Amino acid sequence: MLTILLDGIAYGMLLFILAVGLCVTLGLMNFINLAHGTFAMAGGYLTITLMQKAGVPFLWCLPAAFIFAAVLGLVLERTLYRHLYDKTHLDQVLFSIGLVFISIAVVDYAYGANQQIVNLPDYLTGRFSFLGASIGVYRVFVIAICGLLVVSLQLVLTMTRFGSRLRAAVDDGRVARGMGIDVTRIFAVTFAVGSGLAGLGGALGTGIISFDPTFPLKYMIYFLIVISVGGTTTITGPFLAAILLGVADVAGKYYVPAVGGFIIYTIMVVVLIVRPQGLFARAAAK
Amino acid sequence: MFRRQILKSIGVAGLALATGISAASAQEVVKVGLILPMTGPSASTGRQIEAGVRLWMAQNGTTVAGKKIEIIIKDDTGAADQSKRLATELVVNDKVAFLAGFGLTPLALAVGPVASQAKVPAVIMAAGTSTIVASSPYFVRTSFTLPQNTAPMAQWSAANNIKTVVTLVSDYGPGLDSEKAFKAEFEGKGGKVLDTLRAPMMNPEFAAFLQKAKDLKPDALFLFVPSGQGASLMKQVGERELAKAGIKIIGTGDVTDDDQLNGMGDALIGMITSHNYSAAHDSPENKAYVAAFLKANNNMRPNFMSVGGFDGMAAIYKALEKTKGDTDGTKLVEAMKGLALVSPRGPISIDATTRDITQNVYVREVKKVDGQLYNVEFATIPNVKGSN
Repeated sequence: MLTILLDGIAYGMLLFILAVGLCVTLGLMNFINLAHGTFAMAGGYLTITLMQKAGVPFLWCLPAAFIFAAVLGLVLERTLYRHLYDKTHLDQVLFSIGLVFISIAVVDYAYGANQQIVNLPDYLTGRFSFLGASIGVYRVFVIAICGLLVVSLQLVLTMTRFGSRLRAAVDDGRVARGMGIDVTRIFAVTFAVGSGLAGLGGALGTGIISFDPTFPLKYMIYFLIVISVGGTTTITGPFLAAILLGVADVAGKYYVPAVGGFIIYTIMVVVLIVRPQGLFARAAAK
Repeated sequence: MFRRQILKSIGVAGLALATGISAASAQEVVKVGLILPMTGPSASTGRQIEAGVRLWMAQNGTTVAGKKIEIIIKDDTGAADQSKRLATELVVNDKVAFLAGFGLTPLALAVGPVASQAKVPAVIMAAGTSTIVASSPYFVRTSFTLPQNTAPMAQWSAANNIKTVVTLVSDYGPGLDSEKAFKAEFEGKGGKVLDTLRAPMMNPEFAAFLQKAKDLKPDALFLFVPSGQGASLMKQVGERELAKAGIKIIGTGDVTDDDQLNGMGDALIGMITSHNYSAAHDSPENKAYVAAFLKANNNMRPNFMSVGGFDGMAAIYKALEKTKGDTDGTKLVEAMKGLALVSPRGPISIDATTRDITQNVYVREVKKVDGQLYNVEFATIPNVKGSN
């Protein structure tokens, strides 16, 4: 029981870290970036390359993946994305899905279509007993890191000057600009951090899931479910949604394997019927 | 693509005119249309088969019964509607004498009606659901079927002190085939299948299924996932420490695919699988095959898909020899019936009534040989039929 719960939470946390950047760009910047998975894939493949080819220790790969994906995000934001901020959502969708296909082709060309795997260091593999349940060390590691990130993200957004500027820039960009806030820079930084988090999620994900070039497409559905169930106006909404989905997915597959794969979709459908604005969003939020 | 072909044919026509050679007196070309997933999740299948086909042609020349063999490779990306469209194009535009390839069951099934209507033989080099061959009288199979590869695993388990098993398969045709075959054979021999778990095809997270299997405490866990997807499953099998809980990991060789085995890590050592081909198969034919394959393909290790392509091409050559170059589809299928070959995987034959492959199935254990992981064969079940 506890094993299932922890497995589900770890999976949910991973989903959250992968999706949180999308929640930032979609919810805060009102930009539909379907290519979000590309940044996660970049982080994942960087980890795979560093570990397999250069023998870099796994723990160093995590910050490296964050930085790599963030820089990639920054470059793309400055060169491509910023032209689309004031375009219609359809343009944004078409553009970002095109980016997904490009990234799939690039990775396919460079690495081949095979699933890539990394072997985790010994101190992160294995299991231990806790209250009679057998728990995987790596899952606890993922929960710890993701938990830390959630808390610090929430603190940055609500308590810091940057956070309040970002919220101001989102609420009314023109007024914020008039108040002397460099909206362009704030968006660029936010976009980069969101991409970086996806990269970090990708790197952490290498320990649980495997990577192939179709990753951005395969996981796009999960990102979108997290965002639509959780709403996009807060960080806590998608976080709770991701945990809920992770636990429901794992528990569903465990207890009712016959329909297990559909539970995650059923939840989404029910939530969207009952609360179209998302489970945890304020009803009046825009 | 189209334009290039048109340009090419104009060029060829121009050349023929210029040199005064009429088209009729030039060497006749027999075209083989290969439909393979060269991109997408099953791309490894396509690449392996293409390499197998090309190796056969490099070793055996491109002229059979006075005709020049030409292959045309089309990428269906693993989508069945594409396979069907490409098959129609190959038949209508390119006038191919053979269709071949078909990486997954749905892709082969989509092509069946085209082959039947056009009366063009279609050689299945990969797809493994048993019912495919029966769906068109022009299908011939040189790969394997899931029940063929699965039943020996059940027999071996029953004979080796495994009393209870949980099965975990991918929820699609071959997975269900494999589950059914294992259950029937294993329970027929007195074993007990405690639970049959089915994971969705696009399933990134196996934790729940594996935990369930672990909690049921069977003697062994039987696994099947399609070629190329074993890596993520086995990673999670390792993480969940099933072996430490006393659960043996068994399965078909799709999971311990030679193409990826080395990257899957030492957690696989000791896994028992049954399959029709291992790169470590001990025969002079296979040693030569593996050496030539590694050399021609930048050290990519041949897997069971590659021999499907290699032997499929062999069957096409033999059929043409038998018909003395006649490309009538019905005659070619007749020529392939009952065909027997010595393949790198051992002796194989095409069953004269079912047009399915009969071959040896081997029970193997994952072992480290010279620092690399291999499926080392230790028992042989001879002449297993593909379907009945």
